Amino acid sequence: MSEEKKITVREQKIKKNHMKAKLIFFLILAGALLLIAVFAKYLCPYDPYAQNLMDAQLPPSSAHPLGTDRYGRDMLSRVIIGSTTSIFATLVLVAVITVVGTAIGILCGWCGGKIDTVLMRISDLFLAFPGLVFALAVAGVLGGGVQNAIIALGVISWPKFARLARSLTLTEKEAPYLMAARLSGSSMPKLLLKHILPNIAGPILVTSVLDIGTMMMELAGLSFLGLGVKPPMAEWGSMISDGRVMLQTAPWMALAPGGAIFVTVMIFNLLGDTIRDYMDPKQRNK
Amino acid sequence: MGKYIIKRLLQLIPILIGITFLSFAMMRLAGGDAVTYMYENTGTAVSQEIIDAAKAEYGLDKPFLVQYANWFGGMLTGDMGESYVSHKDVFETFVSKLPATLLLTLSSILLTVVIAIPLGILSAVKHNKWVDYLIRFLSFMGNSMPNFFAALVLMYFLSIRLNWLPVITTDNTAVSLILPTLTLAISMASKYTRQVRAAVLEELNKDYVAGARARGVRGKVIIWKSVMKSSMLTIITLLALSIGSLLGGTAIVENIFMWDGVGKMAVDAITMRDYPIIQAYVAWMAMIYVVVNLVTDIIYHYLDPRVRLGGNGA
Repeated sequence: MSEEKKITVREQKIKKNHMKAKLIFFLILAGALLLIAVFAKYLCPYDPYAQNLMDAQLPPSSAHPLGTDRYGRDMLSRVIIGSTTSIFATLVLVAVITVVGTAIGILCGWCGGKIDTVLMRISDLFLAFPGLVFALAVAGVLGGGVQNAIIALGVISWPKFARLARSLTLTEKEAPYLMAARLSGSSMPKLLLKHILPNIAGPILVTSVLDIGTMMMELAGLSFLGLGVKPPMAEWGSMISDGRVMLQTAPWMALAPGGAIFVTVMIFNLLGDTIRDYMDPKQRNK
Repeated sequence: MGKYIIKRLLQLIPILIGITFLSFAMMRLAGGDAVTYMYENTGTAVSQEIIDAAKAEYGLDKPFLVQYANWFGGMLTGDMGESYVSHKDVFETFVSKLPATLLLTLSSILLTVVIAIPLGILSAVKHNKWVDYLIRFLSFMGNSMPNFFAALVLMYFLSIRLNWLPVITTDNTAVSLILPTLTLAISMASKYTRQVRAAVLEELNKDYVAGARARGVRGKVIIWKSVMKSSMLTIITLLALSIGSLLGGTAIVENIFMWDGVGKMAVDAITMRDYPIIQAYVAWMAMIYVVVNLVTDIIYHYLDPRVRLGGNGA
């Protein structure tokens, strides 16, 4: 828009500060979630695994803010302890696909030739697959468990990062500074790790933060179908699945962990959006 | 044009072989011994001879590549073996369940279009006004909600609380279609409203819009005659590409609403370790997805002269 082009330096500064405040705010929220996940054990008001059939299916009250499930386990405690599995499994998954995808991408972009062709064809293959269909099949074949769910989603999700890292490497490769580094005789590992990686890390980081929400939902989806985390281990997806049959009589059993996923995904999505806007000067002026 | 289509069709072959090989290999290698598992399921101890005989019957005693070739050949002719559980023909089972999934897919795409396109345009036209903020907020909420949870929330409010709809019905297709369609459309519409908004905003910022405004063309005319026309292309492509994620997404939703489509069939097969069914599902879904992408590319190619004249586009 024409009026937006005439942003003064002062306005720009205000915008930047505003952006920074927003970024810090969401970083704090995400940090709080991580702290809850780390210290979950100490934050639970009740033992999340202790069954007490006398207190089964109690509606939310002051003693049990989120009610109890059909075994009389306190829902709040289960939601809190479930955060450990849900959040850490997601972070491990995102970390793995980011590292593996980026490594493959840089290698492809740098080497070119046969390695590039073969690896990119393989990544085409995975991109051609409807993701969740394949993850379902992999998880089904490997059997349940967090680890297998992570493998299933990891196998189908790395190509996105490989593509991104490859195209970034290709542009970076032609930059004059890299030419200089090459001429001065830097070794290949040094070129890749000390020059290319730091320069392409920004967009990759943004993509991986933006991916956290999606991955969390997919991981919970697998658990929901009984292909991820196995009960009695508390995890949000399998807790929702557990509560699904009791929707009529004890809706809090499904709504509490569902709400937890919703809020967590939202916080990570907002964080990702904010980081992207913050790092992209074009967005900043919008 | 003809040349382009032929080229794309040829490119399809290695992808299809790759996909089918991958799904086949996965089932055979990681799946372990399906026959032994099948007998364990029945709960009776059986001798090695019976297991070997059953393996021979299913062709599991042959070398891996021979098995794959047989299966691939069968798949092309519609013979994909029989289910380990129901002992029915896999291809027939698949074909009998496919219409239900296609119906659900189509109805949710339709609803998505009906929601996302007007809202996206409205949001772009009212850029940074309260309507825009409201629509963006809602689409953000929809984006952060896993579809299985959205399904339960809808079920809880529409069926249990308000009693408007039965939770699960099998006798009335139209009524039972509502909840699963809504569920799938919510998450898709949230995503597409954002993308429609972005596409329309980008067009609105182009010079020709300013030019038309300067010449005194009315705002409505600019939007409907020019902006829509050029952003539709992006939107159609995005929608078609979403069919892939939709195909996977229906599996969960079908399961929740007991919708008797291929998604539910696949999840049931996975829990029962019914390998022929899982394989058929993965292979066919991948094929449908690849073909839909191809058709989209061709339509795109045909509609957009820039891509067409660019020669080797896509």
